[in-house]
Amino acid sequence: MPRFLREFFNRNGTMMGSVMLGLVLFWTIGLIILPQLSMLDFSFRPNLPPPEIGGPKDVYTLENYKYLIYGPEGGSQDYNAVDLRVFFRTLVAAVCVTLFNLILCYPIAYYLGQTKGNHIRIFALMLIIPYWINEILRAFALRIIFGESGVLNTMLVGLGIFDTPFDFIRNDIALYAGLGYAYILLMIFPIYNVIESLDHNQIEAARDLGAPWWRIHKRVVIPYAKPGISSGCTMVFMLSAGALAAPQILGGPSSLWFTQLIYQQFNDNSDWPQGAAYAIVLLVTCILLVLAVMRLFKVNMGDIGK
Amino acid sequence: MSAGVGVDLENLWIRFGDFVAVRDANVHIKGGDFFSFLGPSGCGKTTILRAVSGFLDPSEGNVLIGGNNMKGIGPNKRPTALIFQNLALFPLMKVWENITFSMEIKGASAAERRKRADELLDMIALPGQGDKLPSELSGGQRQRVAIARALCAEPHVLLLDEPLSALDLKLRQHMRTELREIQQRVGITFIYITHDQGEALTMSDDIAVMRAGVIDQIGDGKTIYNDPATAFAASFVGENNVFRGKVLEVNGDEALIRTNRSGDLRSRISTANLGKMNVGDDAMMFIRPEALSLAAKGATGDNFVTAQVTHEEFEGNSFNIFMEGDGGKEIKVAIPNHGQSFDDHTGQAMTLEYEVANAVVVPAGELAAE
Ligand SMILES: Nc1ncnc2c1ncn2[C@@H]1O[C@H](COP(=O)(O)OP(=O)(O)OP(=O)(O)O)[C@@H](O)[C@H]1O
Ligand SMILES: [Mg+2]
Repeated sequence: MPRFLREFFNRNGTMMGSVMLGLVLFWTIGLIILPQLSMLDFSFRPNLPPPEIGGPKDVYTLENYKYLIYGPEGGSQDYNAVDLRVFFRTLVAAVCVTLFNLILCYPIAYYLGQTKGNHIRIFALMLIIPYWINEILRAFALRIIFGESGVLNTMLVGLGIFDTPFDFIRNDIALYAGLGYAYILLMIFPIYNVIESLDHNQIEAARDLGAPWWRIHKRVVIPYAKPGISSGCTMVFMLSAGALAAPQILGGPSSLWFTQLIYQQFNDNSDWPQGAAYAIVLLVTCILLVLAVMRLFKVNMGDIGK
Repeated sequence: MSAGVGVDLENLWIRFGDFVAVRDANVHIKGGDFFSFLGPSGCGKTTILRAVSGFLDPSEGNVLIGGNNMKGIGPNKRPTALIFQNLALFPLMKVWENITFSMEIKGASAAERRKRADELLDMIALPGQGDKLPSELSGGQRQRVAIARALCAEPHVLLLDEPLSALDLKLRQHMRTELREIQQRVGITFIYITHDQGEALTMSDDIAVMRAGVIDQIGDGKTIYNDPATAFAASFVGENNVFRGKVLEVNGDEALIRTNRSGDLRSRISTANLGKMNVGDDAMMFIRPEALSLAAKGATGDNFVTAQVTHEEFEGNSFNIFMEGDGGKEIKVAIPNHGQSFDDHTGQAMTLEYEVANAVVVPAGELAAE
């Protein structure tokens, strides 16, 4: 038995240790890994009607993946331009949402983490309470704000800033705002957590040695907060790339999110293998992207858990 | 290295809401001095230092550095460098980067910084340790790195907030000498904060004794120790025996005190209170344990004290006798040990003798907590 396992059992007792270990294993293997493996399996099979499943036509194939790149066989175009454009647009948009969130949340997290007093709790509570409302309602609330005759347009036109209502939805502004807002907490709290443990004397020491505020952040606060920043960014990026409700409700009619394509394959076309292939491509690309960025900024995997 | 400049506090008040942390402080610190603020925990020492370094705006009064009023000048623009109570080294930077942080801000090249770091590392006796992280150093080494980091900024005034308090006794005593040496070598003004009177006495040119936001006395170590201005200064700095009473007579710089339990005793009036003590005033008289000696049994006079011995202890360099004193406090007598035999006196009444010049009387006031 490896040492960490022995220590684990010594600390918790054999009985309790087995229960805990069993639950964790069930959770990771039973609820996460096995379903994903079955999706992986799906993605390599043709879409067959139920009687033919397990029949001679049920063989492994790459056709679902080819479809994303080349489109339907014998189609008019060389590439599946529509789906590919949606795919890359989703990734780029998710990166933008993540960066936007980081820029917005870092100052908030810094303020929360380095200020003392009771008002900080009230501030944090005010951030949390909106999340008691379910995601769909929140998205519709944003629709009300950003809609053609919504609060924002009424105000802007009323104040004479715009002559005619601006279409926030068609221009995807509502979508970015919705996605950004949906994951704000996932960005703020990891950063807040690390910054809270940063000794305020370090900031004062840097200031005392002559550093202007931006250099204090560059050299002292951000390096210290890096684990929190990377874990916040990873979560926000993964979740916004994989979001469905916000794009469905707030997205413009012409702009699909890649998850919506996946959803269509599963639901409208009943083409599970095709949907699974799309989902796997999205998942793997996101993971690779995150790993590449982590490498670029020299973040360790262990830091993400902090 | 830059020469030290003077620091003045003029009618300095610092309030936090209704709470007065510093009350009307007036201090003149000469350039190039090692100046200590000595006082118990919570008396406002750090607060004063933060006002000098610029992290805190005085509620009233002025901070002058080198004669210039510092009002409105931020901590990054003052010619001071602060060494924090917990050092506050940057944990993610290497030692040499820590030390030369102030140069990095001014845009010095890496090569220049490296060179300066090596010089400073030599000075603090840590040659070749520049590439370590602060967490890889011992407490005393970290201490020295913090000093080097502050000195690298070439401050005119170095501010030190109990920098030795985290170290163990041996190292603390060693660092005292080292700090004093560094100060003399670089020649800049050091303002040192401590609640340890030993540190203050051994290192300082001048000391300010603080009590609950008020500066009780400013003077060199000998003055503070031998000629305290207040009951607090007398009881906080070093060990002291207190005799409470009322002034019976004043003759020039001496007074006769009618003590509550030890009869009438004669004492010198502390310099700061000459001419201010009148017959009938409540007074406190102080005699150090080492200024008392055993006298012939039953001797009487106005420099003899007779009391019951409660217990005795042997401290190595001295035999300590404890006797019933005034107000629940014991009188402590320290008899130097030079190999003589020493009888147990517990339970006996003993008579003590002192020289009037070694007793000092001040107006009655608050005593330091034990
Ligand atoms: N920001 C603040 N707000 C309110 N009160 C404060 C603040 N800073 C300090 N005080 C109070 O001012 C008094 C003096 O504090 P200070 O930190 O100067 O003490 P100190 O002499 O340095 O003590 P120590 O030796 O324990 O460090 C204390 O009673 C403290 O509670
Ligand atoms: Mg303090």
